[in-house]
Amino acid sequence: MDIEKIANPKIIIKDLNFYYGNYRALKDINLSIAEKMVTAFIGPSGCGKSTLLRTFNRMYQLYPKQKATGEILLDGANILDSKQDLNMLRAKIGMVFQKPTPFPMSIYDNIAFGVKLYENLSKHDMEARVEWALRKAALWGEVKDKLKQSGTGLSGGQQQRLCIARAIAVKPQVLLLDEPTSALDPISTAHIEKLIDELKEDFTIVIVTHNMQQAARISDYTAYMYLGDLIELGETSTVFTNPKRKETEDYITGRFG
Amino acid sequence: MLNLYTRRRIINAAGLTVSVLAMLFGLFWLCWILITLLNHGLPALTTAVFTQMTPPPGNTGGLLNAIAGSLLMTLVGTLIGTPIGILAGTYLAEFGQRGWLAPITRFINDVLLSAPSIVIGLFVYEIYVVRVKHFSGWAGAFALSILVIPIVIRTTENMLRLVPSTLREAAAALGAPQWKVVNFVTLRAARAGIITGVLLAVARISGETAPLLFTSLNNQFWSSNMDQPMANLPVVIFQFAMSPYDDWQRLAWAGALLITASVLTLNIVARVLFRQSATTH
Repeated sequence: MDIEKIANPKIIIKDLNFYYGNYRALKDINLSIAEKMVTAFIGPSGCGKSTLLRTFNRMYQLYPKQKATGEILLDGANILDSKQDLNMLRAKIGMVFQKPTPFPMSIYDNIAFGVKLYENLSKHDMEARVEWALRKAALWGEVKDKLKQSGTGLSGGQQQRLCIARAIAVKPQVLLLDEPTSALDPISTAHIEKLIDELKEDFTIVIVTHNMQQAARISDYTAYMYLGDLIELGETSTVFTNPKRKETEDYITGRFG
Repeated sequence: MLNLYTRRRIINAAGLTVSVLAMLFGLFWLCWILITLLNHGLPALTTAVFTQMTPPPGNTGGLLNAIAGSLLMTLVGTLIGTPIGILAGTYLAEFGQRGWLAPITRFINDVLLSAPSIVIGLFVYEIYVVRVKHFSGWAGAFALSILVIPIVIRTTENMLRLVPSTLREAAAALGAPQWKVVNFVTLRAARAGIITGVLLAVARISGETAPLLFTSLNNQFWSSNMDQPMANLPVVIFQFAMSPYDDWQRLAWAGALLITASVLTLNIVARVLFRQSATTH
């Protein structure tokens, strides 16, 4: 599927290349991400799917030897432009990681931490925002009586939903999920998948996953990547039942990867 | 020929025996030291030790001025050294990835960490005591703080490096500027480890004699004036233990027991704290 065929793109990527030092990890990626849909990146380990995801919020800038060239247009503005303010970008694009990363503070403060970076809310408004985020992340019922307890004391699945709540509390437009369920048990995974389905009403979601069934279950669009190339992007139903490229078919049928 | 499994068992038993013997050998001397200390120190540990000043030979007395002086100088030394050590360690772990400053600082810090403490004492003597022309509690505290700094730098850096980088990424991904990430997330995650480091530094300096010999020296009388020579346990022990007087020697034993007991307690507290934090993460 060509970029143009995605009706309502939130993010358009043009000729994106990415380098770890001299190693070229992404090669001329051209791709669109549909607004308020779920786009999944699949592919074998080392194919560049996480690397691609991490260019959307310029996470790579934490590390001196990594750089990206090309364009990533978020609502038409190039976020790779050096004039783009990093903090404002990350207010619009939230991220959840493979391993749950609760901060060493209370559940309440975990959520409030991000909100305080951008908004100066009254105590009452902040409480309302924390509750809203926890409800959205389907965690409110489990933690409403222990908001003052440490976030690190929750179970793995709860921690991951806390991280999702923390990301959406800032009210971003795009949510990046980097293998969010790979460290979780099947029940927690089901929770999160259901959650992703609900969240796409409000957010544009991009998810990296190792699990092809998961991509098939929850995504609207699927991109298959291999060795830094984008092999195929299409509607998930098409990619999984009738892929255009032989490489994609080999991967999803398990003959490779 | 023995079969493979039997041979492995024999090698295992031999290795284990050697290790246990080495452990017992080390422990033997440690226990001997502790038992001797308790034997001589406990009878000498009277209430006078905590209520009276160091006496002239032949008179009754205690160690009150030395205990107070040690506490005061250790406290001031820690208060000076800890913030500098934590800030420098934070720089090395969180901000020092680029450039040349951090590797050089780290190298110098390693040198400082293993510098003989008598050199530190002579250094403070040369730059401070010689200028003001008298020994003083301040000079002692400065010398101790120079010993605290490298220990705290090293533990702070190590503890911050143990914080998973995903935690930094998660905070950065919310759009937090780096100073907020460091202040509210990584330093907080490493807090227990850093406190442990500070406690170990306190334990280390509370028994140091050499840096105090050239800086605070000693004082026979009660003094809480940091600008005057100040009594302290290690130097009193040094002086009294070398003397020919029985009552002085007894006080030296009492002082040695006090220092050992407090260092042991500090070490145990530090370990318990660190273990607790390790289980909650």
